[in-house]
Amino acid sequence: MTDFFILMKQELIIMVIIFILLAIKIGRYRSNEWLLDMVNLLLLVNFAAGFFFNKEGMLFNDMFRTTSLIVLEKNILSLGILIISLQSYSWLKNHKHVLEFYILLLSTLLGMFFMISSGNLLMFYLGLELSTIPLAAAANFDLQKKKSSEAAMKLIISSAFSSGLLLFGISLIYGTTGTLTFTGITTHITHDPLQLFAFILLLAGFAFKISVVPFHLWTADVYEGSPVAVTSYLSVISKGAVLFVFVSVLYTVFKPISDSWYNMLFLLSVLTIIIGNLFAIRQTNIKRFLAFSSIAQVGFILVGITGTSQLGTTSVIYFVLIYLFSNLAAFGVVSLVSAATGKEDINDYKNFYQTNPVLSWVLAIGLFSLAGVPPTAGFFGKFFLLMSGAGQGNYFLITIAALNMVISFYYYLRIVKAIFMDANDHPIEKLAIPGFPKIALYMCVAGIVLTGLVSYLYDHIHSLTQVADTVPFIGK
Amino acid sequence: MNYSIIALIPLLPLATFILLGLFGRKYFQTSGGIIATVALLASAIISLYVTYHYFFIDGKVNGTYRHITALNYTWLEFSPGISIDMGILIDPISMMMIVVVTFISLMVHIFSLGYMKGEDRFSTYFAFLSLFTFSMLGLVLSTNIFQLYIFWELVGLSSFLLIGYYFYKPSAVAASKKAFIVTRFADLGFLIGILMLGFHAQTLDISTLIQNLTNHQSPQFIGITTASFLGVSLLTWGLSLVFIGGAGKSAMFPLHIWLPDAMEGPTPVSALIHAATMVVAGVYLIARLFPVYALSAPQVLEIIMSVGAVSALIAAIIACTQTDIKRVLAYSTMSQIGYMMLALGVSKYGGEDGLGYIGSMFHLFTHAFFKSLLFLGAGAVIHFIHSNEMKDMGGLRKLMPLTHITFLIACLAIAGIPPFAGFFSKEEILLAAFRANKFIYGIALFTAGLTSFYMFRLYFSIFWNKPSTENKTGHHGEGTWSMKIPLVVLAVCSLLAGLVPFANYITSDGAVLNATNNIMFSIVPVAVSLGGILLSAYLYKKENDKPVRAAALFGTFYKAAHKKFYIDEMYLFVTQRILFNLIARPAAWVDKNIVDGFMNLTATTTGKVSESIKAMQSGRLQSYAIYFFGGVIAMAALFIYWWK
Repeated sequence: MTDFFILMKQELIIMVIIFILLAIKIGRYRSNEWLLDMVNLLLLVNFAAGFFFNKEGMLFNDMFRTTSLIVLEKNILSLGILIISLQSYSWLKNHKHVLEFYILLLSTLLGMFFMISSGNLLMFYLGLELSTIPLAAAANFDLQKKKSSEAAMKLIISSAFSSGLLLFGISLIYGTTGTLTFTGITTHITHDPLQLFAFILLLAGFAFKISVVPFHLWTADVYEGSPVAVTSYLSVISKGAVLFVFVSVLYTVFKPISDSWYNMLFLLSVLTIIIGNLFAIRQTNIKRFLAFSSIAQVGFILVGITGTSQLGTTSVIYFVLIYLFSNLAAFGVVSLVSAATGKEDINDYKNFYQTNPVLSWVLAIGLFSLAGVPPTAGFFGKFFLLMSGAGQGNYFLITIAALNMVISFYYYLRIVKAIFMDANDHPIEKLAIPGFPKIALYMCVAGIVLTGLVSYLYDHIHSLTQVADTVPFIGK
Repeated sequence: MNYSIIALIPLLPLATFILLGLFGRKYFQTSGGIIATVALLASAIISLYVTYHYFFIDGKVNGTYRHITALNYTWLEFSPGISIDMGILIDPISMMMIVVVTFISLMVHIFSLGYMKGEDRFSTYFAFLSLFTFSMLGLVLSTNIFQLYIFWELVGLSSFLLIGYYFYKPSAVAASKKAFIVTRFADLGFLIGILMLGFHAQTLDISTLIQNLTNHQSPQFIGITTASFLGVSLLTWGLSLVFIGGAGKSAMFPLHIWLPDAMEGPTPVSALIHAATMVVAGVYLIARLFPVYALSAPQVLEIIMSVGAVSALIAAIIACTQTDIKRVLAYSTMSQIGYMMLALGVSKYGGEDGLGYIGSMFHLFTHAFFKSLLFLGAGAVIHFIHSNEMKDMGGLRKLMPLTHITFLIACLAIAGIPPFAGFFSKEEILLAAFRANKFIYGIALFTAGLTSFYMFRLYFSIFWNKPSTENKTGHHGEGTWSMKIPLVVLAVCSLLAGLVPFANYITSDGAVLNATNNIMFSIVPVAVSLGGILLSAYLYKKENDKPVRAAALFGTFYKAAHKKFYIDEMYLFVTQRILFNLIARPAAWVDKNIVDGFMNLTATTTGKVSESIKAMQSGRLQSYAIYFFGGVIAMAALFIYWWK
């Protein structure tokens, strides 16, 4: 029984927080400030609690499993949701339904935790749905804006579509292998065309969630229409969670057909990097821009996944952590500006430095890290991803990736140039930064600087992945 | 004993640098010098204590000094084995170097308190000095060859800052740029060299690297010696490239052209950087990797020997003709470092055969004292006269008695007259050269004669030559106490440093050796040196026209030497005429017409493609679903039936 509580500790804490929020909602009226303080405190507790009393093990006939690596992945997500919550302070302060928003968000986080811990395709599917459906509701949270409703509709319908195909894939796998457990599938999967087709459907489901071309088209519309908090949540947390599962599923469950998925990932990553970049170049809305640039970033992550299992897993987790800090630094500034002025156009950011030097620097550091300029952490993240990819000797892929890295410099730096160098008679006025968002931004900047320079983090992740899977993986 | 206290030695100057660099101009404009000096005094005391502990208490195991890794922090790990570490390596030469660096730096700090007084950027000057000291200490204590490289570059940077300290003087700015660029070229060789060695030895850790590359059975050694480029093994390439890096920093021919110009910096800086510490970094680097050179690639040592001999000779000849006293000292530094390189080149590994190595390190040690003394003395003279030119000096021995005595001691030391410090170290080098190669011994001996000649030419020109009454510029005394103390301390060191039984502490393989001086052997070199002194006394002691006539006797040769053998002009010709026309112009054309064209093409193509695929992102959900489904079908077709 104690095993149950310790192994499911992180899920249980989220549930308790959800119940506390429900209880507060039923109770007497509280001001938004009080509620936000309370929620942020609870999220901080949730993040901190992730570091204690951890144990590895399985529950419910291997339906649910947890390892040190999984705990670390969940901690990364908890950190992300804490930062996002701190950043949305200005937006939520004047919102009527603060608690509902958090209940929805935490439900999706719960879904992600179950998904990461799943040892069975059904469990995985449940987690995935739990992490998607509430998000569609959250996307609609700019209640007055039509675009927000549109984003929610698009998200829910395209998710339903992808889930349909994913379920089809799962049933085909069940039909051909006779099992849904991960260990069972590994022993039964072969290069049988029907099984490959099932795998492709599954892959498409994953690809949809992490916006891999050509399954990415929902991304830009949804990102643009949703409130910034939801956009950053979608682009960092839900993407990160699915990536964690994706990596482990590919390296363990579908290892017997690794030669097939290597080729698929190769093709998808080339497409994703190139098309993501091409679209990012011509965006004028900064949220849409970040959406497309994050598509290109996922392309780089796929390059890392094509490497060997240990380096691949390490570099992906490490990069997701860095990507979390960098993207949230950028989104944090965008969310402040958007909440205060409603401006979301890149041209509005011209000469932003003159009025808001601190925010300008945060945004610039975030963009530098996204672009991968040394010595920010983004450089190290991309470096390790490419190293991992290069391990397979596919230099064509590495060349494409490196070329696109250069192209991405161009569009990231275009924004930096607008902020610092372009003349503008009416720059965005000086913004007051409330305490919580300020803390969140500093956390992001510190993360960007330290994650790269302090090698402990990378080594730590590396040591955990070593435990997770010691069998060398042979690609191609 | 726990040697991690050593970390304080470089960290104290670093702390001073940060403090003075950030707040110096605001809060410590006048007290900055004292702060830096006190911090460095602490560093010097710690390093003396640690060195004492190492050499006399627990460094020796079974008659051999051990290598200790006091601290090692893995900073970035590329792959198992290959990582960039930050650490502290303790062995005889690193211990000797920390004493030399902290001690000389301390003397220079004290001297600068008086010399730089009243400068506008007084605290900035000390901030730079601290940065330099920190970098140099980090360099000598490195455990990892990449760490060494990082500090190596930092040393170059702080040297650049210090040479260009008088940034309002165009010549100083040009000199600092020249030093930076020339050494940067050499460092490129160094970087490629360490990447080659590190890659093939599968480690960047110095001790492991030496182990892997000296064990002739190890797979790493076999790998690096069988791989070759242009018919030469990669080991030879790597070690030669590393030597090029060292030669750049140590001003070896033909990469020495930056050193004389670097004298534009404040004189105490020249004493610290361009005499005692930074310029010997190249020698230290070769000594650090000496087992690899000696055991695995003796052919590279022959290159080092030749380069050292040529540098020693050429620099000594040029020094005889220069009239700017700091330039004479600069060439003399180059010549003496050539000596050290030559000694490493003739040395072998282990025991009695490693005499050259011992001599080289010994000379590095003694040279640091008397050369910095010469520079500081020259600084005092320049401070007094306000000129660098010999013709403005003369007859100063009465006006500057203390400077005169200390300068004389230093001159006797560098000329190799017993019992001064230079005698002992030079004897070992000459003996090693004599045993290895008679021709090189001849060059070294001739250079020794030249050395005593030009040093005493300098001495007589400054302190004798004219009657003392002629010089009335001395509006102030010889200098403040802070300028006098370092002179006296260094003079005492120049007198006594040679008496250290060096072979007992530092040998090529760490094993203690009892070397004795051979008195019979010393007769010839000492006689040659005395001859040089007598000749210069004959020519320069009194004001006369003998030097001019002597110069006329040598005619073109004198002129060529005076113009430094036109080496600078050759560089100019090669870079401006040949490189510019043959490489830069075509490169500019390619850049303008092909690279730019390609870039523009890429940009326009990207823009066009981006425009044409925008229809994909229509905003209509049903078309998104089509793309989604199309993607699944296409992948299925592709991967199941076609690209299995």
